[in-house]
This record gives sequence, C-alpha cells and structure tokens, in this order.
Amino acid sequence: MIEVNIYRYNPETDKFPYMQKFNFEMPDRDIMVLELLNTLKESDPTISYRRSCREGVCGSDGMSINGKNGLACITPVSEVAKGNKLELRPLPGLPVVRDLVVDMTEFYAQYEKIKPFLQNDTPPPNQERLQSPSDRDKLDGLYECILCACCSTSCPSFWWNPDKFVGPAALLQAYRFIADTRDTRTEERLESLSDPFSVYRCHGIMNCVSVCPKGLNPNKAIGEIKSMLLTNKRHEAEIIASDGGGRS
Amino acid sequence: MVGHLNKDNIQTLEFDALIVGGGGSGMRTSLELAKSGLKTAVVSKVFPTRSHTVSAQGGITCAIQSADPNDDWRWHMFDTVKGSDYIGDQDAIEYMCSEGPKAVFELEHMGLPFSRFENGRIYQRPFGGQSKDFGNGGQASRTCAAADRTGHALLHTLYQNNVKEGANFLNEWFAVDLVKNKFSEVTGVIAFSIESGEVAYLKSRATVLATGGAGRIYASTTNALINTGDGLGMSLRAGFPAQDMEMWQFHPTGIHGAGSLVTEGCRGEGGYLINADGERFMERYAPNAKDLAGRDVVARSMVLEILEGRGCGPNKDHVLLKLDHLGEEVLNAKLPGICELSKTFAGVDPVYKPIPVVPTCHYMMGGTPTNIHGQAFTSENEIDNEVPGLFSVGEAACVSVHGANRLGGNSLLDLVVFGRAAGLHINEDLKSGGGVEEANSDDIESALHRLNKLNESNSGFEVAEVKRELQEVMQNYFGVFRRGEFMEKGVQALEEIRNKCDNLHLHDKSESFNTNRVEALELQNLLEVAEATAISSLKRNESRGAHARDDFPERDDENWLCHSLYDPIKKDLKKRQVNFEPKTMEAFPPKVRAY
Repeated sequence: MIEVNIYRYNPETDKFPYMQKFNFEMPDRDIMVLELLNTLKESDPTISYRRSCREGVCGSDGMSINGKNGLACITPVSEVAKGNKLELRPLPGLPVVRDLVVDMTEFYAQYEKIKPFLQNDTPPPNQERLQSPSDRDKLDGLYECILCACCSTSCPSFWWNPDKFVGPAALLQAYRFIADTRDTRTEERLESLSDPFSVYRCHGIMNCVSVCPKGLNPNKAIGEIKSMLLTNKRHEAEIIASDGGGRS
Repeated sequence: MVGHLNKDNIQTLEFDALIVGGGGSGMRTSLELAKSGLKTAVVSKVFPTRSHTVSAQGGITCAIQSADPNDDWRWHMFDTVKGSDYIGDQDAIEYMCSEGPKAVFELEHMGLPFSRFENGRIYQRPFGGQSKDFGNGGQASRTCAAADRTGHALLHTLYQNNVKEGANFLNEWFAVDLVKNKFSEVTGVIAFSIESGEVAYLKSRATVLATGGAGRIYASTTNALINTGDGLGMSLRAGFPAQDMEMWQFHPTGIHGAGSLVTEGCRGEGGYLINADGERFMERYAPNAKDLAGRDVVARSMVLEILEGRGCGPNKDHVLLKLDHLGEEVLNAKLPGICELSKTFAGVDPVYKPIPVVPTCHYMMGGTPTNIHGQAFTSENEIDNEVPGLFSVGEAACVSVHGANRLGGNSLLDLVVFGRAAGLHINEDLKSGGGVEEANSDDIESALHRLNKLNESNSGFEVAEVKRELQEVMQNYFGVFRRGEFMEKGVQALEEIRNKCDNLHLHDKSESFNTNRVEALELQNLLEVAEATAISSLKRNESRGAHARDDFPERDDENWLCHSLYDPIKKDLKKRQVNFEPKTMEAFPPKVRAY
C-alpha cells in the first residue's frame, strides 16, 4: 500500500487547489506512475491528466513526481516513491488548467519563436540533399526532443521570464537547426538570440539536464549557441576595428 | 456545455476545409492546404506531436534507389501487392509506389533528419516482405530510416513545416460527430474544446477524417491510448460504410506484457526470433525470407510455436527476439530507441539478453473506403458513389494499398503520399467551386444527440468497465486465429456491450479538461469499430493475409478475391471488386503467397 497525494484543482468548483490523498494497493509487480494514475482514475474519473503513447515518445504526461519533473509513463513507482509516499503535481511554472494539466501556450510560443523548421535558400535538388554521416551525427541528442516541457518548467530562469527567455527545450531546437548542415540561416538564427534574455538568461543551473526523460543535454546546446554568439561578436569587433582603421 | 445543446446555443465556425486528426496524414494534408490560401483548420484531440505517428520506428519504405541504385518502384509495387494477399487495389498501390520517391525527397527537403550512408544519401534498411526483381532477386533494402525514430522525426518535421506555412490548428478539440444534410453530404463536424468545454459546429466545404487507427479495441496493442477510431466511429454512425474491417495486423514483436512496439527493423538489421529450445524457428515456416517474411506469416508462426509448447518464460507464453549478436555499437547506432524501450518495459538490455515478444495488435488495414484523392464513397450495385464533403486519409482510410496485410514501412509512405494527394485534390476542387449544401437545424441536432445524451446521463454503465469488457471480447474472439463459432459468441457479446455503450454514466459533467467525457465518447467509437470488425470477420469465410480462420484455413480466390464492405445500418457485408488495372503496366495476377 502506498500513499499517493495528487494536486487537485477544478476551476469551476475549487477556489483554491488542494492535495488529495489516495491509498493505493500496489500490484505484485512494479508499475509506471501512469498506470497508477489510470487505475486511480477508474475509481475517481474526475482526475485529469494528459496521456497518449504510454511509452515515453509523445511527451504528453510530463508532471512533477515527488518533486522532480518526469514522464509518468516511463517512471516506475518503485524508483520514485519515497517512504511509500508519492506526490504528483502539475509541471511547475505554467498556469494550471485543471489537476495535472498545465497551459502550455507560453512553452509552445517559445518553440515557434526560434523558427523550428529547416531553412535553405538554395533550390532543392531532384533527390535528397546530401549529408555525410558525421554531419548527420551532429543532430543526435538534439532532434529527439519530444516537447514534454519537463526541462523548461524545471528552469528558474524560465519561471521568471517565460515570455523572454526562450528556455532549454526551444533552445535545444534552435541549436538543432543551427547544427544542421542543410540549414543556411545560421547567422540569422544567432542574431535573433543575441539579446540579453533569449539565451543569456541561462545560468547553467542544469536542472534541464537532470530531468530530461530522453537523456538530452540542453545545457550543452545552449553553451554551443553562446560560444557561437561570442565568436560572432569577436569577429564583428575585429571587422569594425579593421574597418575603422581603413576609414580614417 | 450547460443544458441541452442545439443549433442556436452553440457557435458556428466556418472553414473551407477541415482536417480531423493531427498525425502524419492529417498534417501532410493540412500542409498542402496551408499553402493554398484556403481557410482550413486541423482539429486534433492532442497537441499534434502527441499523435500516434510519433511511435513509428523502423522507417518509410520507398524505392529511392539509395541502398540499391537499380531499385525499381515496380518491385516495391510487386511486394506490396503480394503482401496484401492480392486484395490491395493495384491502381492505388501503383500510385503510392511511383509517387513515393517524390514524397520522401520532399520530407528530406523539409528537414527530416534521415540517417545517412557514407555517400551522404538516405540510409535504407531491409524490412519484411521486400524483394528485388519481382521476388526473384533476393532481399531488398528499401526502408528509409531516421535511426529507429522515423515516425517521431517525420511527425515533428511535418508539424514544423505546418508552423512555417502558418497552418491553423484547433488543438485539444474533440470531434464528436459528422453533420450530414438531407442530400447525405457531409457539412462539417460537431466538436468541443477539451480545455474550455466550448461546443461548436465546425462547418466546412470539405471534411477530412485523418484520425488514425483504433488498436484500442484490443486488450493488447502497440497503439497509443488515443487510438480509438474516432473518425471511423463518426462515419459509421453517419451510416457510411467501412471496407476490409476484418483485416487487423498483429505485429510479431510487441513487448510481452507492455505491448510496446519493437520495430521490424531489428530483424532487418539481423536480429531473429527464437523459441524455448533456442531454435530459430522461422527457418521452418519461411525457408527463404525467414524472419523477414510478411508480418502475418511471422505472427502466426509465433503463435503456433507457443501453442505447441515451445514458448518461453514460466508460462511459455512468448518467444524471444535475439539481438545481442549484433553488438553494442550497431545497436546503439541503429536501434537506440529499442534499447531504451526494452530496458524500460521488459527490464532487458538487448546488448546482453533477448527481448520477450508476442504478436500484438498493431494496424487497421481497413477503414473508410476512398479513391486515390482521399474522396470517401459508398457503393451500390458495383458502382462507387462519392460522398460530397467527406474525405479520409492515412490509417483511418482504406484506399486500399495494404489489402489483407500491410508491409512494414508502407504506412508512413501511405500517410505522406495520400495526405498530399488529398490536399492537392481538395485545393483544386474547392477553387473550382466544389462544396456542399447547407445543413439545417435538425441535421445539426442529430449530430449533437450523442453529446447531449451523455451530458444528461444520471445513471448507467461505467466507462472503464465497459471498455475492458469490449477489449477482452475482441482479444479472445478476433485475435491472430479465428473460428466461426467463437466469433458468433463475440458478435453476441458486442450486442450487449452496445446496449451498455448507449447507456454510459458520465460522472463528471464539468467543462474544463474533462477527460471522463472524452473517454466515454472514445469508447462509443471503439464499439463502432469493434462491431464492424467482428461482423466482417465472421462473414469472410476464408483465410487471407491477416485474417486466419481455423474453420476455413485456405485462401478462396473464387469467392473472396474481393474487398468486404460493411454496411453499419444493415450490419451486413457486401463484396466489392479489387482493382486490377494499374495505369502503366500489367496487373500482378494472384499467386500462392510463399516467403
């Protein structure tokens, strides 16, 4: 038997959110947190949460599980229940729609802001564009993101400035297109991130890395973007310096 | 959603084209239409990248002549026709295989991160049922892959390009029923916002059902929890037919217990199945293709091994997929997602130990019958009559390129080829004045009936219990092997379940993010699909492709070389001719199907 505490809030009936306690009889095998929720929902159909693939690839069921963001469908209860207690809360930092469902509008807006699509200014050939395996390897660890928002909603910088700081998930995708040898808009992409907020609000706290259910490393991608921006700045400064000399 | 809903207390939103479903086929259709300047919307019950296309692993099969510069789309066509056990429509298969390369190159240009060969071209791997030279040249490598995450890469790429083109999405909206006017034209759908509960009549000149499969009719399935056949449920309730519904693919390798898919690409890369004696048993059943025979063939062989006592584990209820001989490096490079899934759901690292697997419901070959433009039709006296305003694409549709058994990698190709074709056709049709007449308030009220009844329920049956009952009936009576007397019991049981589905109790009547309401509506869709499946299965008195009957073990070309067309009103089955008239070549005549 484990004690499960679930964050409950229905905007139509509840003035304030509250934690509801359930006693859950564990089956004789280990189960995922999602299966536990599905079972509880059979007795209380009002519990609300998102779910789809139930195998960790669609990114629907990100939530705070005993204080750490993760996907309910690939988190075994045995690994997270502490002292036979399990606490489930919505992803932090985003408005709650109901129970474990958060409003992801701001998260998706940041994703769209980085222009998450390949841009190539040359006309496409009749076949595929060629890419060497080693160039393709540069996309590994980037393209696999499932947009579950576990990283961005664990990031204090994103909590403070969800409208201005792009956040780890979208920055990982920004770098996915910068790193793609088929994309020709690298300079423009870097330029759009060069303000004080978009990328520089990342202070390397690394929560994103520790929670990513796919084992990705947004912090590394952000580091790459920052160093490319710095190289660009230095390059710019050199141009201005040499140019200034020529003009005088 | 308070009180009885009618035309006057819900809002009407008007569109030129409406796409129900935001998976691969829906988003490929919408991409085409987003570029056209027409007013369109994608209605998706989940944020589009949560759609089930995301779970596709192994790849997209297409003769792009990368692994083999001499590959030929006609060989792909031959394989697909043979794989379909000769009831795939040859004009549609010809269209898919010949248009395929264009569609795949388009995806690459959109940014899909395909794996690569040393020469920089798209990586292709061998998959089941693939051959060179019309079956005479040995195994082909024709499945284009992004590691073992091709569906994820494809779905995200399509979403990204929809964002690029400014496509309009109604995300987390649930479509309830089709609105049909007195001319039997489809004029849109009733839908509601899951987040707010707001109900609307989404009126449209063209409505595309791209709602995917319905694997959740079975207790054990590789399908996502959202695969509840919503589009097919709607079209069956509206009285439109469904084709080849007895044809359900059981994927040979679902993880035992969890049901998660393990890609055929594992066997393509050199993995193979073993029984409790450690024997590579597929050598006995398919001496040439072995583990890469058609999926129906492999699934049946596995079940026979288990039935004959050579299953593995304490209950002898599964077999093993051996991969460790491929080595850690290959597994990490080519099958990283499988290694992850296997560790999570089977507790096994394939680098060291084989994965416990069992045939698991995977794909619905049947669906709403359409032509190659996605246009849905009804059929009377051997004549197909298009349903104005109604289209379907992807797994929800039956165009039919998969016939009685789909080949691995052909579903992703189906999505993009026919999603694109439907988009092109609708664009042309609407710009030349196509469309439908108005629906009146009675038409709209009948489409609101189901929602009203559920909202007004004060007692009745429990959604979770009835769903479990339905899934068990389907699993027990309509599985890999089928028999008339058992199926009759199944059909009877479904009659009772229909009564329960008509009288569900919705406990939660609230507006905001009410998943209780969504699940009740989904269950009613599952029932429609289950019943169509059950009756079609019972009436097809032969074994063909995925439909294997103990009591009719042989293929019967004399009587059943045809599609089945299920009529939801009469609950009866008609026969419909298979197309044997490809445009550019001679048809492939039916032959004995051996691998």
